[in-house]
Amino acid sequence: MTEATLVDAINRTLDQALADDPRVLLLGEDIGRNGGVFRVTAGLQARHGAERVIDTPLSEAGFVGAAIGLCLAGFRPVVEIQFDAFVYPAFEQLVSHAARFRWRTAGRYGLPMVVRLPYGGGTRAPELHSDSPETLFSHVPGLRVVAPSDPAGAGPLLLAAIACEDPVVFMEPKRLYRRGRQPVPERVTPAPLDRAVTVRPGRDLTLVAHGAMVEVAVAAAERLAEDGAAVGVLDLRSLYPLDRDALVEAATETGRVLVIHEAPRHCGLGAEIAALLQEYAADRLLAPVLRVAGADMPFPLLRNEDDYLPGCAAVVERAHLLLDY
Amino acid sequence: MTEAAQTDQPTAPGAQLLAGAHTVLGAPAALRDRLLREVPQPRLLDLYRGLCRLRAFDDRALTLQRQGRIGTYATYRGEEAVQAGSVLALTDRDWVFPTYRQGAVVTLRGVAPEVPLLLWSGHPGGWHDVHRSRVAPICVPVATNLPHAVGAAWGARLRGETWVALGFAGDGATSEGDFHEACNLAAVMEAPAIIVVTNNQWAISTPISAQTRVTRIADKAAAYGMPGVRVDGFDVVACHQVVSAAAARARAGGGPTLVEAVCYRLGPHGTADEPSLYRDQAAARAWEPMEPVARTTTALVAAGVASPAELEAIREELATEHRDLGRAIEAVPAWTAAELAGTVHDPTPWTLGPEGLAGPVRL
Repeated sequence: MTEATLVDAINRTLDQALADDPRVLLLGEDIGRNGGVFRVTAGLQARHGAERVIDTPLSEAGFVGAAIGLCLAGFRPVVEIQFDAFVYPAFEQLVSHAARFRWRTAGRYGLPMVVRLPYGGGTRAPELHSDSPETLFSHVPGLRVVAPSDPAGAGPLLLAAIACEDPVVFMEPKRLYRRGRQPVPERVTPAPLDRAVTVRPGRDLTLVAHGAMVEVAVAAAERLAEDGAAVGVLDLRSLYPLDRDALVEAATETGRVLVIHEAPRHCGLGAEIAALLQEYAADRLLAPVLRVAGADMPFPLLRNEDDYLPGCAAVVERAHLLLDY
Repeated sequence: MTEAAQTDQPTAPGAQLLAGAHTVLGAPAALRDRLLREVPQPRLLDLYRGLCRLRAFDDRALTLQRQGRIGTYATYRGEEAVQAGSVLALTDRDWVFPTYRQGAVVTLRGVAPEVPLLLWSGHPGGWHDVHRSRVAPICVPVATNLPHAVGAAWGARLRGETWVALGFAGDGATSEGDFHEACNLAAVMEAPAIIVVTNNQWAISTPISAQTRVTRIADKAAAYGMPGVRVDGFDVVACHQVVSAAAARARAGGGPTLVEAVCYRLGPHGTADEPSLYRDQAAARAWEPMEPVARTTTALVAAGVASPAELEAIREELATEHRDLGRAIEAVPAWTAAELAGTVHDPTPWTLGPEGLAGPVRL
């Protein structure tokens, strides 16, 4: 075991995938000599060569589209989008083509590609560097969307994404990139791609979160524990498909569910989770499902960032509404 | 390659675009006949057969559409030369990336015509086997298939293999961002790609003059550092020569080529389109002498390559092969929603399983 940050864990997993499988390629802007703007791919070009860790022109639609062709040529490309909002130029290639390829071959062939998407706020970045566009992708049939929340979970999830025969959007909560270290094994083994993970069990309330919001949820659960509430945290990890069984189980255990996400509230994952629990666990719920989410506004410039992002205090306040219901 | 003055070009507006484009069938008769006799006769007959195969499909599909037996259909009448010339210039190892305008090029790779016709009838059985044919599914948003072609070609280079990839586009597609990104990426990555722009001068109702300020689309290649070649798009022999040369160059490590096949959209954009609303139909009719099946028939007979009866036999054989396609596709059972749901992901997630499709069965 080695102590690793989220960046280290992803880097090591990419290194392992490149070493194990000659079909794996990395593509993206500044990922080679520069090692990526977040240094996630640092050293990988030196180890695996410029024909496997490839610096592309500034051309998101072009290289995401080209990744489709590379899949047809037998490769398993892992594409880095430099920042969340820079994926929008490639949206059409993902939505209209990558997502539909298996459908468009009557189920015969998938496209084994991964789009790595550093996402989310909390890094004091310029405009269009802090978006959380997971709903845009989880709404699109044919894509899988996953988000790790810690170094130990990131590698196994990324390895599963690379092994998947269909396109996976792998969302990396960039504010956690260097937050802390966790032990990770020398060799990573893949985790299930469609399973949520119980971070802490609860009895009175379940906080459902993903990515950087898991940390907020855990902090809130600890605060609420001081008030005597046994609050659980469920880390979604898979944003499409949602782990219905885990959500129903959480509702069964606690009867109260609060969903936290930094993406705008309207049509966010919280809406889907609330609807899903209505459909499959209405009789287990002791209170309405509530949300703590980003406001329906563009992600603010850095001075208002903390006003926008769900924080521990907002979660605790909402949690009390539910606990007192 | 021979640069011959175009002699049979129409006087229609836009015909001047053919000037300087590589042509064989448009050369003065004596030169044309000599050039044709320099091509091996079996190849000429293969090209002719390809033309007629595409025409037979298009004719049949148009009829079935008018009978209400298939959905909206994108006819390509007049573009058989660039399609057959290009695809038959490739080997079966090379990949082809068509758009909706090349809806039947898979039949040039041995896929039965029922398959693309099923697709136009709205049946998922019409999605052909892309890896067996090495023809990608047709792409509907124009130019979006070009990055796929470039990626595949780039993949061939990374693998150290000598196959190439060819992507089709139209003149309208050259205004799209994906055209630019694909051309640029192809050149930067030295991808063995061939981008064939069928300049039929119309993007639904938008004429080429409202699409771009360059009069020769091939000139755009200079912006990417790759060669741009212009060819008579109604000339199956010239198209075959130009794409063969581009493919040979790509296989030898010479990188991508932009081919502009100059022609004219003889028919409507699709079966839901009414061109008389926006273009002078007399001008369109002035292009009819260039219609590639008749033009090629005349030239092959004049050059002594084949007799009228031999060529008619080929046309008849292919028309017969396509005659009963309507009944054939109607005999294919419809897919159920559950079958469709199994073609989105592998493995299929719960959302598309029985319970996910139906929603909760009890509350």
